[in-house]
This record gives sequence, structure tokens and C-alpha cells, in this order.
Amino acid sequence: MSNNHQLALTAARGRLLGMEMVYRAASGHIGGSLSAMEIVTLLYQEVLRIDPANPADPARDRFVLSKGHCTPALYPNLAFRGFFPEEELKMFRRIDGTMSGHAEMHIPGVDMSTGSLGQGISAAVGMALAGKMDCRDYRVYALMGDGEIEEGQVWEAFMSAAKYKLDNLCAIIDVNGLQIDGCTADIMPTDPLDDKLAAFGWHPIWVDGHDYDDLRAAFAQAAQVKGKPTVLLARTIKGKGVSFMENVAGWHGKAPNTEQYEQAMAELRAELARLEGN
Amino acid sequence: MAEHLATRVAYGQTLAELGKTHPELVAMDADLSCSTMSKTFADAFPDRFFNMGIAEANMTGVAAGLAACGKQVFISSFAMFATGRAWEQVRNSVAYPGLNVKIVGSHGGLSVGEDGATHQCIEDYAIMRSIPGMMVVSPCDANEMRHAVRALVEYNGPAYLRLGRLAVDSVTDELPGYTFELGKGTLLADGTDVTIIATGMMVQMAVQAAKDLAAEGISARVIDMHTIKPLDKEMVLKAARETGAIVASEEATVVGGLGSAVCECVAEGCPVPVVRHGVQDEYGRSGPALKVLEAYGLTAAGIADAARRAIAMKNK
Repeated sequence: MSNNHQLALTAARGRLLGMEMVYRAASGHIGGSLSAMEIVTLLYQEVLRIDPANPADPARDRFVLSKGHCTPALYPNLAFRGFFPEEELKMFRRIDGTMSGHAEMHIPGVDMSTGSLGQGISAAVGMALAGKMDCRDYRVYALMGDGEIEEGQVWEAFMSAAKYKLDNLCAIIDVNGLQIDGCTADIMPTDPLDDKLAAFGWHPIWVDGHDYDDLRAAFAQAAQVKGKPTVLLARTIKGKGVSFMENVAGWHGKAPNTEQYEQAMAELRAELARLEGN
Repeated sequence: MAEHLATRVAYGQTLAELGKTHPELVAMDADLSCSTMSKTFADAFPDRFFNMGIAEANMTGVAAGLAACGKQVFISSFAMFATGRAWEQVRNSVAYPGLNVKIVGSHGGLSVGEDGATHQCIEDYAIMRSIPGMMVVSPCDANEMRHAVRALVEYNGPAYLRLGRLAVDSVTDELPGYTFELGKGTLLADGTDVTIIATGMMVQMAVQAAKDLAAEGISARVIDMHTIKPLDKEMVLKAARETGAIVASEEATVVGGLGSAVCECVAEGCPVPVVRHGVQDEYGRSGPALKVLEAYGLTAAGIADAARRAIAMKNK
């Protein structure tokens, strides 16, 4: 079984769990979680140097979910890596649980509390800066939304990462083209992202955000780039894996009703079965 | 002879001094290091100082990331920008996760003077105090500032520290038995008719006001409340019980700061008249610092007048 096949199985299970989380909580952000599932899965299954038995290890790689609402992608992956039991996911957004709607540091494996857009990337810059100060070789990854980068703070963070030559920092922008109110191109155009990021002193790499070979190669390239931070511009499909959610802005932060949930789960289970059949 | 020095100068000196014994200490500024005096630290420890440019939001977030990796970070800017521009970053990236970042706001209050209302931050106490878990500290003189910075370096958690622009006379450096503890007020003068609770540079004026009131036969207690949050409730309630009237004086809006904190405490614990002395829900304006303070009644005479009003209410 290839690594990619194993990753696809994990992502398929992650999608099922993420969908369950949002349905059970009757709230949550499924669209951007589905678009980022391959990125988060590859990071947690293969790229990040982390030890779930020692989540506070100072030498660990850091991951900041700057688009902090996409916990239905993050939490299943943390559970898969053993930071907490999968059973905990049932407590997502519940008053009697700890699985908060947005990512919070009290959850084992979460490196930074996020949710207010644009702030996570700054924290990631700080973490990378600390790594340089302490001569540690850990790497810092920050996953951002393509709507999120409309925040001015993001560009402040981009400037500062370039100033301090943070080649231990790798940002990933989940370019799914949609935000709450519609297409990013209509709400606030950010193109051309590669030219802008390059002008801000970053090394941009376009990737297919659902393709493990593409993502893996880009992460490897990022680790080799010296003297500047790298950003992966990951083309993705919002709502990926559920036919009626794909490329529909309305699924940004909405939970499915029972009928929609059954249909979504049927599609996701069929994909899992297909992968398991291979 | 009492020392005459701006608290911001003492801040920079003390931070630089502590840098020697605290390798985890990091300072950042947003292009105002020569004004906030974080430059003193920068000169001593260039490898542990980061000038983040005119970008307070990012500075605050980067500080949070550094703190998440074990650094103790002091971020400085003008009070207006450190607490106002970056309020939500302070709230969500620093305070909510409880990270060890000290937000340092220089040039607080009206005494920025000529720069005018856009730079005269009178809301910092109120907006920092509103954040759960945020400590708010406002030393009155250079001596107290040195103590405060040392104490804050030992304190693990988010805190706001206000610095003043003007050189001020020290009132604590020759005070017999002076000790500094975060969250504990300092009794500067005892009295029985009224208590003046002051913070920052209003403390010096409160001391003067008490002397002026004494000449009229009014015995005023003076408390230097360097920590606005958590408030020294015990000391406030004791003053309420023993003097029956209180003036709270601050170089800030009377909405939400020290005066409000004192009112909340007294209302719930020992209701007595409280007069909130400060900026009365209006903006400042340009002018030489002392002239501006005078125009808004932030003077010893203004405090004495507030004390007389508090006593008059007590006797009704």
C-alpha cells in the first residue's frame, strides 16, 4: 500500500469524522475543513516532527491553524495521531466538553489558540523567530484561508517574516476561492498571489492542495529554501468530497440537516469503501 | 532630594538591567523605541530586541508566538496603539491563551500634550481592564516603575503597564518602609475625612492636594494605587469604612478605569460617596502638557475640589 493511498484513507476518515462533528454540534465550518483535509492530513501524518506523548516538546515542529475555524480538519488528525481519543470528537462545540469550535491551546496538540482571522500567522512568525533565537531546527507551519489574507495584519506578518529571513516558516494558503459572503474575487480580490508574496520577500509555490505528491514536493522544497519563508499557494475545492457542498460558499459555516448529512455521509462512505477496496 | 525622571526612562533602564539575569527576556517595539525607551534594552541586547515597524497588530501576535515558545516578551508602543490599535490581538492572541506577554503603553493620558487627542490615550485602563485575566499596572514615579518592571518580569501572565512621557518627581523613593507588591496599594499619607486613591502621575498631585486640604483642616488619606487590576479591594474598603468618602483620580477617562473599579468595589462592599476625578468623557486637545492637564482639571487643585465634594456628599 503506497503512502499516498494510506493518506487518502486517513483523509477520507477525517472527512467522515469532520462531517459527523459538525452535524452533531449542529454548527461548525465544514467547507474550508474539507478543502484543507489533504493539507492537514499530510502535515500530521508525514511532515510534522511531533511526538503525541510529549506535545510540549520544545524541539517539535509547530502547526498554527490560522484559519482557526477549520477544526473539523484539525481535530480528527490530532486524534488519529493519538493526542486524544477519537471519542472526544463527539464533544465538539459542546458546553460539557473541551473540543472548542475554534482551535485552542488547552487541547493537546494545538500549538496556538486561533479563530480571529489574521492572527495565527503572526504567532507563527513569533514561533519561527524563537526557533532562530534558540538555534533550534524545528519548522513552523501556518495554514491560512484565502479570505483570511484580506486582513491587514497578515501582510504585516508577511513583511516581518521576510525581514527576519524566517526560512523555518512555511505558510500554506488554502486557495479555495470562496469566503462567507461569496467569491474572494468579488468580495476582495487578492490576485496575483504569487507576485504579491514574492514581492513581500517570500518564496511562493503553486500546488494542487488535494495532491499529495504535489504537496509533499512543495514542503520538501520549502525546507531547502534558505533566507526567506515559503508559502504554498494551494488550489483547492471548498467542500471537497461532497458533491452538493463543492464550490458553494453557503457551506462555509453551516451544518447540514439530517437529509443533507445522510447524503454527505453516503458519498464520503462510498469514497472510503472505494479506497478500502483498492 | 527626590528623583525627577520620566517613568518611561526607568522602564527602559530596568528592562535592560533585567536582561542580564533573564535570558528569556525579549523586547519589541513598533518604531517608537526612542520614545518608549525600549531602546535602552535594544542597545544592551540587540539580539533580543525586534523592531516590528509601525505594525502593532502583528507585533502583538508575534509576541504571542514567542511567548508560546518560552520567551518573556515586553512589547512597547504608545498607549494608544499598544492597547487601542491592537486591542483584539491582545485579547485573543495574548490574554485568552494566558501567554506571558507584557503590553507596555507609553505616553498614556493627556500629558502627551502637543500631539493632541489622537495620541492622548485616556481609554487604556478601561479597555485593558475589560479583558479577563489582564493585569493593569500604572506606576507613579521612576522608583515605583523599577519595582513594577522587576515584579512583572517575575509574574507569569499577561499584563498591561502604562508609562508616562513627562519627568515626574518621585514620591516613593524616600518613603519609609516602602515596599512594592503587584495588586497592593501603597499608603502615602494617612487621614480620616476622605481618601484620595490615585494612579500614575496623579499620585504626586494627590499628595499635594492632601497638603492643601490639611491647611483647611481636612484630613485626607492618600493611596497610590499602582495596580488598577486586580484592585486592592481590602485597602479600598478599609478606606471607605474609615474615611467615609473617596476620590479616585486618574489621568484617563473616568469611564471604565480606576474610578469605575473603585466605584464597583465600594458599591458592592461598603457604599460611600465616590467622586471620579479624571477626564470627564471627552477628548483631549493639543497644547503643552501641563496646560492641557490644567484645562481638564487634572491638578492638585482639581483633586482637592473633588475631595471637598466627596466630603459634602458624605454629610448629606
